[in-house]
Amino acid sequence: MSKLYTGAEIVFKCMEDQKVEFIFGYPGGAVLPIYDELKNHDSIKHILARHEQGAGHAAEGYARSCGKPGVVLVTSGPGATNVVTALTDAYMDSIPLVCISGQVPTHLIGTDAFQECDTTGITRPCTKHNWLVKDVKDLAKTIHKAFEVATTGRPGPVLVDIPKDIQFQKAKYTNFKKQKKLNGKSNNRFSQKDIDKLIEMMSKAKQPIFYTGGGVINSGPTASEQLRDLVSITGFPITSTLQGLGSFPGDDNQFLGMLGMHGTYEANNAMHDCDLMINIGARFDDRITGKIDEFSPKSKKVHIDIDPSSINKNVKVDLPIVGDVSEVISLLIKTIKKHKPNFLKSNKENISKWWEQIGKWRSVNSLNFINSDKTIKPQFAIQRLYELTKNKDTFITTEVGQHQMWAAQHYKFDKPNRWMTSGGLGTMGYGLPAAVGVQIAHPDKLVVDIAGEASVLMTMQEMSTAVQYNLPIKIFILNNEYMGMVRQWQELLHEKNYSESYTAALPDFVKLAEAYGCVGIRAKTPNELDQKIQEMIDVKKPVIFDCLVDKEENCFPMIPSGKPHNQMLLGPNDQKENKITGKGKTLV
Amino acid sequence: MAKSKSAYSDPGKKGKLDTHIIVVWVDNEAGVLARVVGLFSGRGYNIESLAVAEVDPKRGISRITIVTTGTPQVIEQIKLQLGKLVPVHKVADFMRGDKKIIFKEMALLKLVGNTSKRNKALKVCKKFNPVVLDKTQKSVVLQITALRREIDTVMGDLKKFGLVSVSRTGAVAMTRGSEIFK
Repeated sequence: MSKLYTGAEIVFKCMEDQKVEFIFGYPGGAVLPIYDELKNHDSIKHILARHEQGAGHAAEGYARSCGKPGVVLVTSGPGATNVVTALTDAYMDSIPLVCISGQVPTHLIGTDAFQECDTTGITRPCTKHNWLVKDVKDLAKTIHKAFEVATTGRPGPVLVDIPKDIQFQKAKYTNFKKQKKLNGKSNNRFSQKDIDKLIEMMSKAKQPIFYTGGGVINSGPTASEQLRDLVSITGFPITSTLQGLGSFPGDDNQFLGMLGMHGTYEANNAMHDCDLMINIGARFDDRITGKIDEFSPKSKKVHIDIDPSSINKNVKVDLPIVGDVSEVISLLIKTIKKHKPNFLKSNKENISKWWEQIGKWRSVNSLNFINSDKTIKPQFAIQRLYELTKNKDTFITTEVGQHQMWAAQHYKFDKPNRWMTSGGLGTMGYGLPAAVGVQIAHPDKLVVDIAGEASVLMTMQEMSTAVQYNLPIKIFILNNEYMGMVRQWQELLHEKNYSESYTAALPDFVKLAEAYGCVGIRAKTPNELDQKIQEMIDVKKPVIFDCLVDKEENCFPMIPSGKPHNQMLLGPNDQKENKITGKGKTLV
Repeated sequence: MAKSKSAYSDPGKKGKLDTHIIVVWVDNEAGVLARVVGLFSGRGYNIESLAVAEVDPKRGISRITIVTTGTPQVIEQIKLQLGKLVPVHKVADFMRGDKKIIFKEMALLKLVGNTSKRNKALKVCKKFNPVVLDKTQKSVVLQITALRREIDTVMGDLKKFGLVSVSRTGAVAMTRGSEIFK
């Protein structure tokens, strides 16, 4: 007879089989048997967060920076509800997470027991799937299935809820076999015909553009390499969503910068005026499209996505290609090379006017800002951070707000998995714990959380985690004492009624850093900035960097609410020149 | 147009709404109905009626029939989103009024009144296969099967004949001929 294992042992056996190295978690009554078992499994290291949301975001940062699923372990009740934000965040940004939660013993379920909540009910809309395990015999199968669901097709979070009595009960453990067929939920449904049609559209196009997103990154590092190939053999311009940054080099001449609400003038105008839009792994999010009715009116649209429900969800497309980005691009390149080896040459003339036009848009220099020698401009701070860290293979996480957009605009990524930001859900407080997770995955790399002072306070307690595990993360706070993006909208849309967007009584971040046992650095003027940043990079400890920036700087360019892409609002430089009055004002 | 103060775009033009019948085959496991229904409520889709029961006890498959309204785009989304749920095996959909499909609802009608009223009531229901399930001196319980709008009409007509209580199922559907849903 084969050996019997307790539920808690089975949890670890599954994780060992899944090659899990790190668990991010927080103990509690309903998961104690699992925590008790931890000591017997050397290959798995537990990272103790200071709040379950922090554990969740850390697991997200880990997953995004190394491509493996993040594993979270939390207790019942508040443990589970605290992790909901991270699960939702992972769901929106397609990050593979496996969350294991404890539950009250099965006989107490439904009795409002201590620390009981309907975990599967609460997390049903924010996971790809979840399970309540009521029989220990189902446990191994369920956990393996959970890993499979989280990592296949469009990745996302899953949750396995395990009642405490199940963790004690015993069952056999059957070894895990990797399944080939995935219940029809993995989608490569495209054919050579689709690719041929796409190539035909590409060879006819006079104003083409690639619009790429997080799907390229999720498809793995080869997808990014293939994308570079594809862009270079076609000569087409390329723009990227917030999540797609890094899949194509940010300093390449064919790259138009990020598109969308705070995207560049050239990217948005090119999206609006193009005649062929090739969406690769992006999802026509509302921050990208602006007003749907006027979104890129003249273009034929192609959408390459692994998730069939992304097709035609927001924008109707002419040619849907459902499949994994990497596989689609590889067949596309193969076909082009075989049938149209001279594509680039023959196409050059076709799109030369288009590049001319793009050059005109580029000359507007929409990311420009008026620098100052007295106060640090936030954009300048990020530019300096970029210049001083670009040769180091730096990993950047962010919180949510103005600093996030400035980081996306001014920090140029040239590799995938180096940029971790909460795009879909827009979770303030994401960046610091995400940086913890990234540093766990890449202990020798430089990891910087570009933060705002308001966001970072939401999960500041995770500094303690960073200190405990000697994770030298750098929290680079652009401190303007305001919830900057809220303040900006209030300035532009609500007659400067800065309702509750100013944070009085902020902590002294330098002292706070010292209290946590890490290093605090403050920069007040532009001329001391470089030296202080260098100091931050050189310290081998976690750092909180308090960068005091201009309090009223706005993030430009922007597409005002409800406007199409070609009606962008540019920064103060341009506004002065064009003297926006009357009609211009109503744009805001 | 009034100046928008929202960070979100204004709603675009509303498309034409169609009524569709969506049939979903699912694993009969805990929470599966909540997943399907939660998907509808969470994404703001309509459910006009719902019928669900296990149809294959051996494999543990339940068949859910949902009547819903939406623009063609929304209906497409409903199908694709349902298809992504892990316990969902397949999804079929067709427009109400599709000639190749039979669909029926059942209703139980309780009427209280004298014999003449009850007989008249039976006559009203005649077209819809009325079955008398229970009878007393003062009352009768009828079972009819018909389309939703036919039952609506019957209910209206029966008011004057002592209709006091109605219980209805959601629609169930089946293809005509030898074909089955794909």
